[in-house]
Amino acid sequence: MKDKIMHPLIELTIARFKETVREPEVLFWVFVFPILLAVALGIAFRERSEDKLRIAIETSPRSVEISKLLLMDKDIEPVVLDAKEAGEQLRKGKVDLIIGPDKDVGPQEGETFPNKLVFSYDQTRPNSEIARMASQDAIERGLGRKDMVSISDNRVVTPGSRYIDFLIPGLIGMNLMGSGMWGVGFGVVLARTRKLLKRLAATPMRRSHYLLGFMLSRMIFLVPEVAVLVVLGWIIFNVKVFGSIPDLVIVSVLGSMTFAGLGLLVAARSKTIEAASGWMNFIMMPMYILSGSFFSYERFPAFAIPIIRALPLTALNDALRAVMSDGRPLYSIWLELTVLTAWWVISFGVALKTFKWQ
Amino acid sequence: MKGYKDAKSEGSSAPAIRCLGVKKYFQAVHAVDGVDLEVMSGECFGLLGPNGAGKTTLVEILEGLTPVDAGTVEVLGYLWGTGDDHALRDRIAVQLQETQLADKLTVEETLRLFRSFFSRGHTVDQIIALGNLEEKRRERVHKLSGGTKQRLALACALVSDPELLFLDEPTTGLDPQARAKVWEAVEGFKLAGGTVMLTTHYMEEAARLCNRVAIMDHGRFLAVGTPAELVASLGIREIIEFRLNGEVAPVLFTSLPGVKSVERKNEAYVLKAVSIDAMLPALLSVIESQQARLEHLITRQVTLEDVFMSMTGGALNDER
Repeated sequence: MKDKIMHPLIELTIARFKETVREPEVLFWVFVFPILLAVALGIAFRERSEDKLRIAIETSPRSVEISKLLLMDKDIEPVVLDAKEAGEQLRKGKVDLIIGPDKDVGPQEGETFPNKLVFSYDQTRPNSEIARMASQDAIERGLGRKDMVSISDNRVVTPGSRYIDFLIPGLIGMNLMGSGMWGVGFGVVLARTRKLLKRLAATPMRRSHYLLGFMLSRMIFLVPEVAVLVVLGWIIFNVKVFGSIPDLVIVSVLGSMTFAGLGLLVAARSKTIEAASGWMNFIMMPMYILSGSFFSYERFPAFAIPIIRALPLTALNDALRAVMSDGRPLYSIWLELTVLTAWWVISFGVALKTFKWQ
Repeated sequence: MKGYKDAKSEGSSAPAIRCLGVKKYFQAVHAVDGVDLEVMSGECFGLLGPNGAGKTTLVEILEGLTPVDAGTVEVLGYLWGTGDDHALRDRIAVQLQETQLADKLTVEETLRLFRSFFSRGHTVDQIIALGNLEEKRRERVHKLSGGTKQRLALACALVSDPELLFLDEPTTGLDPQARAKVWEAVEGFKLAGGTVMLTTHYMEEAARLCNRVAIMDHGRFLAVGTPAELVASLGIREIIEFRLNGEVAPVLFTSLPGVKSVERKNEAYVLKAVSIDAMLPALLSVIESQQARLEHLITRQVTLEDVFMSMTGGALNDER
């Protein structure tokens, strides 16, 4: 081993790998940062079993009565506030709903309960919608409404369908994109600005070996990179991989190749680190938002969905989720795999054609 | 060292480098403007010139890194771009100006990597010994001093035991000690029969290492020859500089034996002469006859620097 010089492709891969692991910043962004992100988001969006719906009741002669009715639903936490304070808390998301008296129709003589209430809430907030329905139910039931059907709640939390189950594959996808693009792109541009590329071009080194070395060292790196999130998700959040591990490996490798190819494309002609960073961000930023790493892209308008699904990160996230969360076989995600392969082939091909060694 | 001998016996009659009418323009800049050149096998050829003279461009053309706009370039009997550049790169070695090797790799890892590109050459242990790098073997590149980095760069070039070595300003920015170490390594390579093409703007470097030198400026060769020939081409061998206590008309010195020119530089007189044997006694008697007294006198031999200055009107180390 010590003195046996191996094939240049292997030597290039080893050298590149050593360079990467000796960069402490890389280790932070690839390993520590995704873990912190997963933990932070996992906690922020954990199942809300013990969280109650906070409902503000505007101060009025009836507010105590309303809050008694609401208290009959144990998921509701009513608070009596003046109108100004209630509005403020709604804006900040501290309360989900404000129940106020109808200003136009004051309480009528001899009435036991105002037959008109105003519910104020932000309809884009899912909790507000829930609060609205729960409050209406509680008030009507308290006033004597009879349920036509008796419904008992059976609350199940299925591993595989929680937010964290959605998040972990998204983080893996995002991480593969980041490390693939930065890892390859920066390495190449740095070598160019340091005139190392030119020096290498003066040796009989095969140029394709150099670029493949980058790709292969990414492959080695990929194993701990994916494993750390999968294992962490499993230990802390009980996120299980429902599909097969080989399938997960195949999807990860393909995704990693694709982004290494894109990184190479950015680096093919960039003369400075600054130029390369600009292009990287230009390419990655939209995908961070659109590709469903943190929330489902189904929320975007229907016409945009096909475009979003053609993005490499979307394809990778969808493929990872299909394998990890849904346990689907590879043939069922042929479309995503094709999208990834197409991006890889095109970016790598164009990068090779346009690559500047000096 | 056996590789060198093979190379030499094969190609001692053929030139290692042959160029005809080589031109390279960058927009309006005529970086190389019609160069003819022949470097023989086993020779060390130096390109001497100031920054911006076109030395680097010419060398990179010879290295196959820069295509020419006009002319032909033949290296070790092969024309760049005619099919098997790869095979030629396996036989030559290059040290570029200002290459920064990977910071995070150690000396040994860097050499391993470079060795792996070539089909033949030294073992890593051999090249570490050759480059005098034993102590730094496990040190990462970014921790090395400038001199050691330069020695590593040279070792990376020598790792394949090449037939032809290109060195682009191998000692620029180094202290005298580090420079001497690089020179020793180059001399070792020459001694074993290797051919060297180097650029420099240090006259001592060219004089010490090179069999022949070309003086280059503005993309052209102004003169080519051995350092001795170039010095001889000036027609003078000695420069005498002195100061007098008393005034003597410079014209009185022009008729002294062997004196070619007389200049007045501030207080001092500068005489350029073929030799000083006959001239010096005559000079002293002229001074005496004019009732002046000699205060200070230096004589020195003409160097390549003087050749360069007489040809270009500027000093070698002038920045452009």
